[in-house]
Amino acid sequence: MSETEALESMVGGEYKYGFTTDVEYEDFPTGINEDIIREISRRKNEPEWVTEFRLEAFEKWKQMEEPDWPNVEYETPDFDKVQYYSATKKKNKNKPESLDDVDPEIIETYKKLGIPLEEQKQLQGIAVDAVFDSESIFTTFKEKLAEAGVIFCSISEAIQDHPELVKEYLGSVVPKGDNFYAALNSAVFSDGSFVYVPKDTVCPMELSTYFRINNMQSGQFERTLIICEDNSQVSYLEGCTAPMFQENQLHAAVVELVALENAEIKYSTIQNWYSGDEEGQGGIFNFVTKRGHCRGDNSKISWTQVETGSAITWKYPSVIMQGDGSIGEFFSVAVTNNRQQADTGTKMIHVGKNTKSTIISKGISAGKSNNSYRGQVKISPRADGAQNYSVCDSMLIGQTCGAHTFPYIESANPTAKVEHEASTSRVGEDQIFYLQQRGMDEDDAISLIVNGFCKEVLKELPMEFAVEADKLLGIKLEGSVG
Amino acid sequence: MLEVKDLHVCVEEDPSEKILKGVNLTIGKGEIHAIMGPNGSGKSTLSKVVAGHEAYEVTQGDILFEGESILDLDPDERAHKGLFLAFQYPVEVPGVTNKTLLRQAYNTIAKEQGREELDPIEFEDYINERLNVVDMKPEFLDRSVNAGFSGGEKKRNEIFQMAVLNPKLSFLDETDSGLDIDALKIVANGINQIADEEKSVVMVTHYQRILDYIQPDHVHVMLDGKVVKSGDKDLALKLEEQGYDWLTDLASVSVNGEQN
Ligand SMILES: Nc1ncnc2c1ncn2[C@@H]1O[C@H](COP(=O)(O)OP(=O)(O)O)[C@@H](O)[C@H]1O
Ligand SMILES: [Mg+2]
Repeated sequence: MSETEALESMVGGEYKYGFTTDVEYEDFPTGINEDIIREISRRKNEPEWVTEFRLEAFEKWKQMEEPDWPNVEYETPDFDKVQYYSATKKKNKNKPESLDDVDPEIIETYKKLGIPLEEQKQLQGIAVDAVFDSESIFTTFKEKLAEAGVIFCSISEAIQDHPELVKEYLGSVVPKGDNFYAALNSAVFSDGSFVYVPKDTVCPMELSTYFRINNMQSGQFERTLIICEDNSQVSYLEGCTAPMFQENQLHAAVVELVALENAEIKYSTIQNWYSGDEEGQGGIFNFVTKRGHCRGDNSKISWTQVETGSAITWKYPSVIMQGDGSIGEFFSVAVTNNRQQADTGTKMIHVGKNTKSTIISKGISAGKSNNSYRGQVKISPRADGAQNYSVCDSMLIGQTCGAHTFPYIESANPTAKVEHEASTSRVGEDQIFYLQQRGMDEDDAISLIVNGFCKEVLKELPMEFAVEADKLLGIKLEGSVG
Repeated sequence: MLEVKDLHVCVEEDPSEKILKGVNLTIGKGEIHAIMGPNGSGKSTLSKVVAGHEAYEVTQGDILFEGESILDLDPDERAHKGLFLAFQYPVEVPGVTNKTLLRQAYNTIAKEQGREELDPIEFEDYINERLNVVDMKPEFLDRSVNAGFSGGEKKRNEIFQMAVLNPKLSFLDETDSGLDIDALKIVANGINQIADEEKSVVMVTHYQRILDYIQPDHVHVMLDGKVVKSGDKDLALKLEEQGYDWLTDLASVSVNGEQN
């Protein structure tokens, strides 16, 4: 086997989360119309204003067309075949207060995924919200967080228990009709996390949501809302996996972050949805709108993402820096292999004075995949002294993959400073030979090269998750080399 | 230690490109050899083929290391046996520190050789002590491997890696080129410290100046893919004075000889 072939087969490490969990689902029709939306709202026992929010979004969505500018090719999902609500059957309608009320199959599933929910085994220092298909199943460490005044629960619960907060902020960063998939999400959103950190509070632990798509037919329309009041801080992480199915599943999420004065939100993602087989059969369509709003002066929002899964990824976590002196950051590793396609990047919108943004993007493409970085830096006329620094590096493994960079820079303020650097490199035979000559086998050599390439991003992840991400890159790169 | 027997090598992707045309070379334990020759004569190719580079194909002949053929071994397996190559053009590995690379390399080799691996603290002590061999600053340990190093620093770093990994046989491919005189002395001094009665060193060079600091036991001249002459240190001096021209006849004679 030539080294290039060896490289290619290595990146195709087997997907280890492809199993399905056998649970019984409530019946729910497929397709989308006003009645279905009302039915979702009814089953979730939502107040009238939420139903209205959904219906207005649906009206907008019907008028919209799917965007065709991303550098990806796929067949548009048949929106009538998707199931927009999926809940497991339970004896008790309410969210379980204790683990005893949770289907043991589901507990077992999370255990297999490395997320033990039982109290004795819970991950130390990390509160976990476990979302299974469209529902939040269980949230750990809730009481401990409540002592600090931090609210961490599913968005469905928040609508019931803290309607005034949800009403104030929902759709305030990503409006209902923002884009095609955001509108769809606003109409049918299922579940997701809600975080509220009150004034002058440093959230005492890492918060984390683990998303699992299990149902073959259902789409997942997660909705996450994080609010950080003045002088507060929170670090939040989402992880995602899905079984292997022949068909594509739709995941269209909306995440909204609001940082008030001096507040700091760190949002990290380790995305490992099933990415389809070698031929490009199956896998998740990941169409996501993530946006943070630095509303207060000197606030900071930081996105870190490690994107390894999904058949199609379409995702641009953004920051609107409205408060003076606010900071936006985007650190990204995107790995594509086989026939995966990713069009991902960020938007940094500078509105306030002396706002600062940093973009570090590392794309790794292998197999026949296509990996595009798309980034926009926009500086408004009143953003005196705004600064942006962007680096996007691409690494190619083998000869059949593609990497593209689409930077868009718009500056309407002459005092602003914008710096952009880009590079493309290929993992070369010489680099591997060098490391092999020092005693490492091919697997370790490639792991080391890729890890070195991504280091600036990986070091941004919270400690506990850096290990996880490292492992994940390892798996993705692990050798089937004979 | 190493026996290269009638080695014929071509380029894997283009078998008509024959580079080595019957190289014979024997390196004994504890010996220092110098291989000289003009640009393009095949010195680097020989070093890379001994180390197992896959861009080349051996079409004839054999390479024995401690009496056993290593032709079927991967480059890392050859490294585990105690073979080291200081590269003519050391490769950059951005984001991976020298220390990370060396710890992984050291422990992998130690494990394969049945020696004890070092934990991070033990390794820290060991590696700091080895820095002295080539008089390198500790800052270099935390810098990315060769990234942004000057030409001379890269070469020095290669010898530092050799000092850490402690190989039985080292090929040093033009380690002397690109070094100023002070750096040359330091590197030569380092090589002298490492090369003891047990360790063998092959210096590939086309200048004799490093041989002022390191005494070779044998000097070989390569021309057009073959070793055309071997001798002692005086041969290097003669080359310095007279160039390679007087040897070109020798090369063609032996080529003709083969044809007959
Ligand atoms: N991978 C390769 N593909 C094609 N030609 C090569 C390759 N490697 C070396 N050569 C050729 O082989 C000859 C010997 O090269 P090299 O071993 O680098 O010589 P030296 O180190 O003595 O200067 C040169 O003509 C060089 O161009
Ligand atoms: Mg050379």
